Amino acid sequence: MELLDNLALGFSVAFLVQNVLYCFVGVLLGTAVGVLPGIGPTATVALLLPITFSFEPVTALIMLAGIYYGAQYGGSTTAILINVPGESSSAVTALDGHEMARQGRAGAALATAAVGSFIAGTVATVALAVAAPPLARVALKFGPAEYFSLVLFGLIVSIALARGTALKALAMIALGVLLGTVGQDIYTGTPRFVFGQRELYGGIDFVSVAVGMFGVAEILRNLENEQTRAAVISKVRNLWPTREDRRRIVGPILRGTGLGAALGVLPGGGHVLASFTSYALEKRISKRPQEFGRGAIEGVAGPESANNAAAQTSFIPLLTLGLPAHPVMALMVGAFIVHGITPGPNVLTDEPALFWGLIASMWIGNVLLLLLNLPLVGFWVRMLRIPYQVLFPMIILFAAIGTYSLGFNAYDVYAIAFFGILGYTLIKCGCEPAPLLLGFVLGPLLEENLRRALIISRGDASVFLTRPISAVLLALAVAALVLAVLPTIHKRREVVFAEDE
Amino acid sequence: MERRRSFPDVLAGGVFVLIGGAFVVRSLGYELGTPLRMGPGAFPLLVGATVAALGLAIVLKGLIAGEVVSFGPVPWRAIAVIALAVLFFGFTVRRLGFVPTSAVTALLTTLASSRVRLLTAVAVAAGLTVASTLIFVVGLQLRIPLWGPWLGF
Repeated sequence: MELLDNLALGFSVAFLVQNVLYCFVGVLLGTAVGVLPGIGPTATVALLLPITFSFEPVTALIMLAGIYYGAQYGGSTTAILINVPGESSSAVTALDGHEMARQGRAGAALATAAVGSFIAGTVATVALAVAAPPLARVALKFGPAEYFSLVLFGLIVSIALARGTALKALAMIALGVLLGTVGQDIYTGTPRFVFGQRELYGGIDFVSVAVGMFGVAEILRNLENEQTRAAVISKVRNLWPTREDRRRIVGPILRGTGLGAALGVLPGGGHVLASFTSYALEKRISKRPQEFGRGAIEGVAGPESANNAAAQTSFIPLLTLGLPAHPVMALMVGAFIVHGITPGPNVLTDEPALFWGLIASMWIGNVLLLLLNLPLVGFWVRMLRIPYQVLFPMIILFAAIGTYSLGFNAYDVYAIAFFGILGYTLIKCGCEPAPLLLGFVLGPLLEENLRRALIISRGDASVFLTRPISAVLLALAVAALVLAVLPTIHKRREVVFAEDE
Repeated sequence: MERRRSFPDVLAGGVFVLIGGAFVVRSLGYELGTPLRMGPGAFPLLVGATVAALGLAIVLKGLIAGEVVSFGPVPWRAIAVIALAVLFFGFTVRRLGFVPTSAVTALLTTLASSRVRLLTAVAVAAGLTVASTLIFVVGLQLRIPLWGPWLGF
C-alpha cells in the first residue's frame, strides 16, 4: 500500500518533537485568535510568518496550518457561549449553539462542536491524502497556457463565493492583480510603478497587504463604536451529550463532513459556504425543522463538521496546484517560497517528507485541539476578558515589528498603513478584502504564465483555446462568471448568506 | 430594487477608477511590446484598464441602483493615530532603535481608542515594549539595535 507507506513517512516526520511542539503552538494560537473577535487567522498567520523563517520548512508549515484550522475550533466556542462568532464560518453555529447555551446545554453544544470537528478533520485529512497525489500527477502535465487558465478560473470562482456584489469582488481581484505588478518586471527587469524608490523594486510584500487589509482595517472597524463586551457567560456543565443527542448528531456530522470536504476545495472561502450549506441542508431534511434556531443540536453538529472538513481540504489546491483557496493559503504560498520551495505538483515528488508530514500533522493537530478545547473551555472563555485596549495596540505593534523584520525595509511598514486605510475604506463600501489578497498573490503567476505561453506559441493567443485542458478551464471560468453575475443566482446566494444576519 | 444613490458604491467605484487609471497612465510610459514578446507595460495596462472599467460600472450602478450600504461612523482619530504610529515605526526604528520606537508606537496606538485613560495607555505601552523586546530581540534574535544612532549609540 503506497498510501500507508506515505502516511508512515508523514507520521515519522510529524511525530518529531519539535514538530509536535510547534503543531501544538499553532493550534493553541489558532484557538486563541479564533476565540478573540477582532483578530482572525489571516492576520495572525501574516504576523507570525516572519518568525517562522528560521524554522525548518516543514515545521513552519505545520505551525501555520495549525493556526488556520485551530481558529475554526476556537471560533465556535465564542459563538456558542456568548453569541459572538470569532470567525465568519462559525456564524451559523451561533444560531442554534447559543440558543442551546441559553437553555443550559452549553456543554453538550461545545462537545458536539468539538467531536464533530474532530471527526470531520480526521476524515478530511484522509481525503486530502487520497486525493492529492493523483491531482498532482495531472497538474505536472500543465504548461503555461493551462496554468494561466487555471489561475484565472480560480480567481473567478472565488468571487462566486464572496459576499457582496460580484462586480465589486471582480474589481477587488483585478485591483489585487494590478498591485501585484509593482516592482521589477520578471522578464526585462524594468522597475514598474516604483516612483524612483529603490525599496519598492522587490514589489509590495504580501505580508504588508494581508496585515493591512485584515489586521489594521479590522481594528479600525472595531474602533468605530466601542462597547464593552457582553460579560454574561453561562456556566458550562454536563459536557457529555445525552444518548438522545448522540443519536441525533451522527447523521449531521457525517453529511457535514462530506459537504465540507467537497466545498473546501473551491477557491475563496469554501469553509464559510460549507457551514451555511450544511445548516440549510440539515434544516431541510430534518423531521423537526421548527426546532432550528431554537437550539437544535443538528444545527451545531452539521456546520461545525463542515467548516472543519473544509479547512483541511482547502489545502488540496495549494499542495497539488500551488493555487491558494483562501487568504491564509495565499500566505502559506509565501511561506513555501521563503523556504525555497515552489508550491505546486512538484512538492509531492521533491519534498515527500514535507508533504506527508504536513498532512499527518493535521491529524495530530486535530487530536491536540480536542484535548485543548474540551477540558480547557473555561480558560478560553476567560480570555475574552482581555480588554480590547490592550489587544489592538499589541496587534499593531507586532504587525509593525514583524513586517519590518521581513526584509528590514521601512516601505513594508509604510505599506501596512496604506493598505489598512485602503482596506478599511473599501470594506466600508461593501467590498470584501479576501479577493484582493488572492489576486495580489496570484497576479504575478497570471502574468508570468500569460507571457510565457505567448512566447512559446509565437504570439498566437488562440493557444489558450486550442489546448483542451486550458479551453475547458476557461469555459468553466466564463460559466462561473455568468453564474455569479446573473441576478437570480445572486439572490439565492444572498439567501444563503442572509441567515447570518 | 428601488432606484437610489449609494454614496459608498460611488466612493468604492471612484477608488477603483482612480487607482486603475493611475496605473494605466504610468504603464503607457513603459514598453508595451508585441503579443509575442509582451513588454513590461502591457499586462498592467490591460489590468489597469479592467480595474478602471469595473470601477466605472460600480459608480454608474451606485448612481442608479445602488446597494444601500450605510457608511456608518468613521473613527477619524483612530485612523489618524494608527497610521501615524505605523509610519513612525517604519521611519524611526533604524534611527532611534527598537526600544524607544516600540514604546512610542505602542503609546500612540493606545490613544486610538477614544476611551483610553493616560495611565492605562502608559501601562499598556510599557508592558508591550517589554514583551516585544523579550519576544523579538531576546527570543527571536531579531537584529535591530535596541538603542539607535539618534540617541548617540
